[in-house]
Amino acid sequence: MKEIRPAIMMLVLFTVICGGIYPAVVTGIANAFFPKQAKGSMVADAGNRQVGSSLIGQPFSDNKYFWGRPSATTDFGYNPMASGGSNSGPTNPDFIKAVADRVKALRDTGVTGGIPADLVEASASGLDPHITPESAALQIPRVAKARSLDPAALGRMVAEHTEGRQLGFLGEPRVNVLALNLALDALK
Amino acid sequence: MNSYEWLETILFFVVLLALVKPLGAFMAKVYQGERTFLSPVLVPCENLVYRLCGVKRDEEMGWQRYAWAMVLFNLVLFAALFAMLMLQHLLPLNPQKVPAFGWQLALNTAISFVTNTNWQAYSGETAASYFTQMVGLAVHNFVSAATGMAVVIALIRGFARRRTSLLGNFWVDMTRGTLYILLPISVVGALFLVSQGVIQNFGDYKTVPLVQAVTYDKPKLDAKGNALKDAKGNPVTESVTAKEVTIPMGPVASQEVIKELGTNGGGFFNANSAHPFENPTPLSHYFEILLILLIPGALTYTFGVMVGNTRQGWALLGVMLFIALLSFGVLQGVEASGNPLLAKLGVQGANLEGKELRFSLPGTNLFEVATTGTSCGAVTAMHDSLTPLGGMIPLSLILLGEVVFGGVGSGLYTMLAFAVIAVFVSGLMIGRTPEYLGKKIEVREMWMSMVTILAAGVVVLITSGIAMITPAAVSSMSNPGAHGLSQVLYAFASMANNNGSAFAGLNANVDFFNLLGSLAMTVGRYLPAVAVLAMAGSLAGKKYVPPSLGTLPTDKAPFAIWLTLVILIVGALTFFPALALGPIVEHLTMLGGN
Repeated sequence: MKEIRPAIMMLVLFTVICGGIYPAVVTGIANAFFPKQAKGSMVADAGNRQVGSSLIGQPFSDNKYFWGRPSATTDFGYNPMASGGSNSGPTNPDFIKAVADRVKALRDTGVTGGIPADLVEASASGLDPHITPESAALQIPRVAKARSLDPAALGRMVAEHTEGRQLGFLGEPRVNVLALNLALDALK
Repeated sequence: MNSYEWLETILFFVVLLALVKPLGAFMAKVYQGERTFLSPVLVPCENLVYRLCGVKRDEEMGWQRYAWAMVLFNLVLFAALFAMLMLQHLLPLNPQKVPAFGWQLALNTAISFVTNTNWQAYSGETAASYFTQMVGLAVHNFVSAATGMAVVIALIRGFARRRTSLLGNFWVDMTRGTLYILLPISVVGALFLVSQGVIQNFGDYKTVPLVQAVTYDKPKLDAKGNALKDAKGNPVTESVTAKEVTIPMGPVASQEVIKELGTNGGGFFNANSAHPFENPTPLSHYFEILLILLIPGALTYTFGVMVGNTRQGWALLGVMLFIALLSFGVLQGVEASGNPLLAKLGVQGANLEGKELRFSLPGTNLFEVATTGTSCGAVTAMHDSLTPLGGMIPLSLILLGEVVFGGVGSGLYTMLAFAVIAVFVSGLMIGRTPEYLGKKIEVREMWMSMVTILAAGVVVLITSGIAMITPAAVSSMSNPGAHGLSQVLYAFASMANNNGSAFAGLNANVDFFNLLGSLAMTVGRYLPAVAVLAMAGSLAGKKYVPPSLGTLPTDKAPFAIWLTLVILIVGALTFFPALALGPIVEHLTMLGGN
């Protein structure tokens, strides 16, 4: 029973050190040096109103907006309080049907040819803010028509909102859907 | 893979291997009680801890006392965490007014975090307060990692020492492991993650307006909160319009870093490392993979230093690296070729269901290999949505006993148990005396190694079998057919091997999984750990046998190849029938177009 005292005291001390001092120190330094990131990388619209985080996607279904990836979060897509994926198995009939429905919805807007997988397959977090440049390009005619914009000018806007690979070689080029749509709304 | 993908993958392994020697040498110093560059700051803290705990730092323990201290400490940790989860609603730092856990879920969660499993049957955003996450769960991420490291260090001392019964002091190993290794890396790592966009605050959840409001069907609830059903038994819904959403906040970075560094894996949020607030950029992604593999990789060098021959450590690292690259290659191949059932619909490209776009495909696959080759269990892709053969890779890595780098401590001690078996079997085959690192391998070492290797496997097969004949378990499967079996097999493999990842469609928050899973996690953690300490005690008492012509060299390539084969053969013999009925059947069905 000699070990009882260290067992209890170590729990108390490690709780104070690892559960109190450590996160407090990290929070202090992080907010001093990276205040924007530490608080969620929030973004504002043209009227300087906080409208979300540049890291967290939002649901779009209107023709005048670019659409993001499908999201499997509960209640509605891109619900930040319910992050998660569909967890559908690759042979699940319900999943195959859901993808077929999404393909059809895109075909109905006039899309022909192959469909990039990211636009019809749900993300892991359900909050993925990005789509591929191919998926954005495929939506340009629809958005241009809904907003009466020149497709070429819209294409340039998409290009401006395409993030390259980090440090030039990490990850994939990608388009932040919320940022692009906010820029579209700010045009007027 | 394109040239960028090759570049990032190769560079990752270069960085990892470059860190093995410096960190491994540093850890050897820490556990041998030598001075390090952190000593001026940390020695006073360390001495204060010993004074408050009544620990005499030079008082060494035999294996029984070491094991007893470990088990007793874990019991105390469990009791404290269980109580905290049950009393969550009364404790501070709970801006969202989250209620207490039910006892079954609290039991499962407390055991899960104490055993370094971090199986999560709850959802972080809605079920856990800041206090629970930070003062409860994150602390256990440190302590359970330090426990695993202490056990492997005791085993290494068993190999290195001669004719003694003493293996070191458990409390000193715990303290030094936490203060010198886990905490400093965590502080630096957490700040780096924040710079990439991982959040770190104690603010209220933020409510923001949606750019485009969404209308959806919400199930109607009665006064008790149960879903209402109409006469036909269908749920009654009402149309609701959401004009704003709530974005969760919290001290994420400080927890994210130790979750990976300690191969714990319990996410702050439900989506784990796929969540943009846990893992916002490609750089944070590779950094997190590095954190997962860092200590398990470097421990092989620590082992080499402490037994006096670093090539012994490199041989083990070579085995780990080989199996990791093999698994990565297969996973990358099958995921890149996409889902043939969707290709028929005109969908192009890799399988992206349950994956995030900001990480490249090889980056995602590397994370999944790292997280299941170790006992981490954090995910950036949903394993349930991998292609059938793709999903078999993480499952197999877990079933092999998590020795491909392995959990902090637990991976290396399981690997050393495999090495003992390999030495013994080869000894039988070629008529040489089985010796490893100058210690004769005898009946006791064989028993303890077999227990270490087979404990989790036996638990997985028995519990999965029970689940298959239990209606409550079968109704938890979210996917039909062979994939449902994979979900259950994965769940028990994950819990018994203390991984914590899941085929997450499975509804695991039911009494069956909470209770049987608690048992699987406990047996899978402590039976091997105590067996390892028993083996350490027996080894330490033996005399040193100098290598002779009759000794099998264990620091050379032939032994590494042989060890790889032993690991793969033991895994295949134990689990092939179960894997054939799950992922392999599903793969054939998919190719058949059904």
